[in-house]
Amino acid sequence: MSARQRITIAVLGLGGQGGGVLADWIVQLAAANGFVAQGTSVPGVAQRTGATVYYIELFPAGSAANPVLALMPAPGDVDIVLASELMEAGRAILRGFVSGNSILIASTHRVYAISEKSAMGDGRASSQRILNAASERAGRFIGFDMDAVADAAGSVISSTLLGALAASGALPLPRSAFEEAIRAGGKATDANLRGFAAGFDAALGNVATAGGTDTRPQPISAPAPTTAAGRDLQRRIEAALPAEAHGFAAEGVRRLMDYQDADYAALYLDRLETLSGNGELLTEAARHLALWMSYEDTIRVAGLKLRAGRFARVRREVKASDEQIVQLTEYMHPRLEEICETLPAAIGHRILASERLSRRLRPLFTKGRHVETTSLRWYLLLSLLAGTRRWRRRTLRYRMEQARIDEWLSLVRAASPDEALEIVKCQRLIKGYGDTFERGLANYGRIIARYRTAGIDAGVIRRLRDAALADEDGLALTAALAG
Amino acid sequence: MAERSFKAEVERLKLGAGQTFHGEGILAVTKALLQSGVAYVGGYQGSPISHLMDVFADASDLMAGLGVHFESSASEATAAAMLAASVNYPLRGAVAWKSVVGTNVASDALSNVASGGVTGGALIILGEDYGEGSSIMQERTHAFAMKSQMWLLDPRPSLPLLVDMVEKGFELSEASNTPVMLELRVRACHMTGSFAARDNRRPALTVGEAAASPRRDTDRIVLPPANFLHEVEKIEKRWPAGVAFVRDNGLNEHFGRTDGDIGIIVQGGLFNSLNRALELLELSDAFGNADLPVYVLNVTYPLIPDEVRAFCEGKRAVLVVEEGQPEFIEHELNTLVRRAGQDTRIVGKDVLPRAGEYTAAVIKDGIADFLRAHSPDRAPTRAPDNIPAAPDLPPAAVPQRPAGFCTGCPERPIFSAMKLVQREIGELHVSADIGCHLFSILPPFNIGNTTMGYGLGTAGASAFKPEGKRAVAIMGDGGFWHNGLTSGIGNAVFNRDDNLTIIVDNGYSAATGGQDIPSSSAKLPHRSANNPIEKAVRGIGIAWARTMTRTYDVAGMRDAIHGALTAPEKGPKILVAQSECQLNRQRRIKPQLAKAMKAGERVVRERFGVDPDTCTGDHSCIRLSGCPSLTIRANPDPLRQDPVAHVENSCVGCGVCGEVSHAAVLCPSFYKARIIANPNRRDRIRHRLRAWVIGALQRRADRRLAARAF
Repeated sequence: MSARQRITIAVLGLGGQGGGVLADWIVQLAAANGFVAQGTSVPGVAQRTGATVYYIELFPAGSAANPVLALMPAPGDVDIVLASELMEAGRAILRGFVSGNSILIASTHRVYAISEKSAMGDGRASSQRILNAASERAGRFIGFDMDAVADAAGSVISSTLLGALAASGALPLPRSAFEEAIRAGGKATDANLRGFAAGFDAALGNVATAGGTDTRPQPISAPAPTTAAGRDLQRRIEAALPAEAHGFAAEGVRRLMDYQDADYAALYLDRLETLSGNGELLTEAARHLALWMSYEDTIRVAGLKLRAGRFARVRREVKASDEQIVQLTEYMHPRLEEICETLPAAIGHRILASERLSRRLRPLFTKGRHVETTSLRWYLLLSLLAGTRRWRRRTLRYRMEQARIDEWLSLVRAASPDEALEIVKCQRLIKGYGDTFERGLANYGRIIARYRTAGIDAGVIRRLRDAALADEDGLALTAALAG
Repeated sequence: MAERSFKAEVERLKLGAGQTFHGEGILAVTKALLQSGVAYVGGYQGSPISHLMDVFADASDLMAGLGVHFESSASEATAAAMLAASVNYPLRGAVAWKSVVGTNVASDALSNVASGGVTGGALIILGEDYGEGSSIMQERTHAFAMKSQMWLLDPRPSLPLLVDMVEKGFELSEASNTPVMLELRVRACHMTGSFAARDNRRPALTVGEAAASPRRDTDRIVLPPANFLHEVEKIEKRWPAGVAFVRDNGLNEHFGRTDGDIGIIVQGGLFNSLNRALELLELSDAFGNADLPVYVLNVTYPLIPDEVRAFCEGKRAVLVVEEGQPEFIEHELNTLVRRAGQDTRIVGKDVLPRAGEYTAAVIKDGIADFLRAHSPDRAPTRAPDNIPAAPDLPPAAVPQRPAGFCTGCPERPIFSAMKLVQREIGELHVSADIGCHLFSILPPFNIGNTTMGYGLGTAGASAFKPEGKRAVAIMGDGGFWHNGLTSGIGNAVFNRDDNLTIIVDNGYSAATGGQDIPSSSAKLPHRSANNPIEKAVRGIGIAWARTMTRTYDVAGMRDAIHGALTAPEKGPKILVAQSECQLNRQRRIKPQLAKAMKAGERVVRERFGVDPDTCTGDHSCIRLSGCPSLTIRANPDPLRQDPVAHVENSCVGCGVCGEVSHAAVLCPSFYKARIIANPNRRDRIRHRLRAWVIGALQRRADRRLAARAF
């Protein structure tokens, strides 16, 4: 039969990304330039944050009869695949839309799915895997972070995608025809033209490259000391620890000097030096000991919230312009536990141990506080709290955490190298505040208790730790402990 | 106000002869109604026919000028009952809804109107929500057409044909005194195209004129003995008249070669996919010139025996491409062929899948199998080129994206609050409803045990007579006015239920596109709104009712739900959870804010954020929220491994993040930023004073920090 004349285009995106607008532009553009154009979509619930596909078919106009155009893409029959997010490009590949005959134009940025976001640890899917598959499958792959490009141009991703499509030359139409379609659309024309131009340029600079956003941890660049005390500690690190642990150890020292003082950082190194073993163990110990020793108490939180650097970061993040005023409200909810833990150990302990006192005081600390950090009253109050740092060593929380840390380290010292490494990594379970913190600590406690009584090996510890991060209610951990 | 304004679409409805209409399928149908001299239109919104309702709702002036009556019906049953106007009078009427669910609701009225028959053309426009993107049970409307004897049009996706079928549908209805269903699949509704417009026609008789001179014929009413006469009339009069009209007007079409010993019979709506499949097999071209005869059923019920006999004549085998199950057409074709004494083999579900959408790829495989069995010389010998092999990307590499609540949705905090209540009193039995709130059954909320239909949340819990723990029913405001007030609340009062119903009152029928309903708070020129839900439930006999006017108050919602579940009083309890649909709210206020900002007025924008240095990456906040704007990003802390929570700039500042972290005692990382644009004098003075003191303190703190730094 006759040669294939149609051009087929699938647009994959998420509800709210403007896929409909993009599809309309392409249909208008083609109709104005000698094509019969037909677009279809499947709106409905898919548009409420779900993934959705728009499909367009173009056919040269001027035939005697009307062409019969399809309403959905057939695997292997799609010429141009546009994806406004990396996993949607992955979905296009899974559905067979991307073939050796197609050009795939995709943004490499990520909009995380709920399963990735709600994981208790790191649930992110591998971007690299999709990028590899895209390069492998598509006849041509144009990929770059269109979200960032659009953002920098003060525009939206739909116009950036259209720009990339124009630059790709996949449609036999000049740039001006695309721009005319945006103008004909008549909505936010200037911003859309900016996004289009940015996408056009980026695509030309990026053809067949895949500047992906890899989620794998990057090697740490060790901070350089700036003070005499810092340089002393740096020398200790270099003298006592294997080279591969230097980065984390320096970061740990930096963090603990910031958190407390040079003496506390020295205690950190004292503790690290009591551990013998391979570089991996010491590297991970340097990481997790620093995290544990810089536990988040109210003093720490108050201190971090007040910093000038934080105020500037927030202004950047909320995109406030210079003449705009930004006021900040924090959501804090110190419970009686946190208050007592910040008090001198004896007092805090007595209140928590006394049922009568706790009962009486608890109602005072059940309501969350709206703390307006940018007001003078709250700023001064938080300053006072942050200033109690110098008495931190006397607080109940300090005593509790140091005891836990010492117990953990003594277990590590006594364990075989493999087990020691896994025990060190169990610190990852202890994070958060309030109930979250208590749940994490309890899970850690269950695994350690099992280790003490049953002498489980490294593989089992790892399995239990993964189970503890599988669900909030501890069902997987309970099952793993039972099985 | 619906999700979007349809002003441009309304303009297109005014096109006349000599002009070309460009637009999507459902709008072409809308225009075709006006060209056909329709006298009245009703319906209930729902994907994929919402736009028909929305455009008519925005076109009041045009409709009034033409003398066409339009109403947004309270339910599909209401809309179907409207067709009563066509029973005694030569009024053309059309109603529209989402099928099969809407047809279920409408079926009482449909059976009645189909039994008595119609004088004026009655057209039922159905958005067949089947296959990809569908949100409902996968059933066929075809069964309704058969059981009530209404004709079913399933036109080939082509705008000129669609428009023609609307006009012909009315004529068919009048010629056979039978209501006619026009079925459109989801993609056909949203397919763009063009057709040559004709002038709109005033109805020959308006509904007002008909009401002024009543006519009556008791033979048209379903009551003995007329009901028995109707059945006979259907078979002896209306059926032959319908068949004759379809045949004489050539509503079904033929494509491809006229000769050959095999052929294909296809539902009109699937023709484009069939032709694409044939093209991929190199058996057709872009214009439908197939290498074998194709008989296109633009009318899928009734079948036309003469046409079927003629098509099957001399053919060894015919493939039926019929989507969904049961395969009614295939059964009927077998009967017709047998009765005609032909020995043509009817092939259908033995080579095509019994269930699921018939995409081009599916049809292609079916044809290949059909050819291998019945015309091996034309069967593809190898897999055609450029079909990718199964990708080495496993499905698990691409995370699923279940639908969820929008950014700032007022329904989210209701379910966050329910999650918190469940922490206190344990798991609840939750009877869910239809609407956006049904997303609660998905992560991260995982709340909801069953859903039995629109407005049926409370009814779905009515078997639960609690002993100790009350069950919870959810109902949307749309479902409430659709039928929930009587089927759920009235029933609960009468039967002395002791459950809690949470009515989600967001001001619109939000899931279907933000249409107005009786409790909407907007001032509407052509409708009566502002009817409070609490007043309605008290009117029907509810004693325990509370309205929460700000669902974003998570702690307040938690306490209200907890209170309702533990209240000593017996009897059904109603909690009306009120806050405006954020999607609609943003559409409403965004232009206002942009305008104020431009004019130099003081504008306060609020949004939330997370401090990465205090966030420890547990994501409890996300598990209690699921907001699209609350996401994750790589941890900037070199020591930490888990990503931190992060709020994107799409945040609308609804406040749920902060409220949830308060109510659940989560973490202090959330902050709310109030960004004051065009600050006034008072703002500026206060800001200067604060900046002076705080700036000095921060510089001092930084010096001290530098002194003890690494």
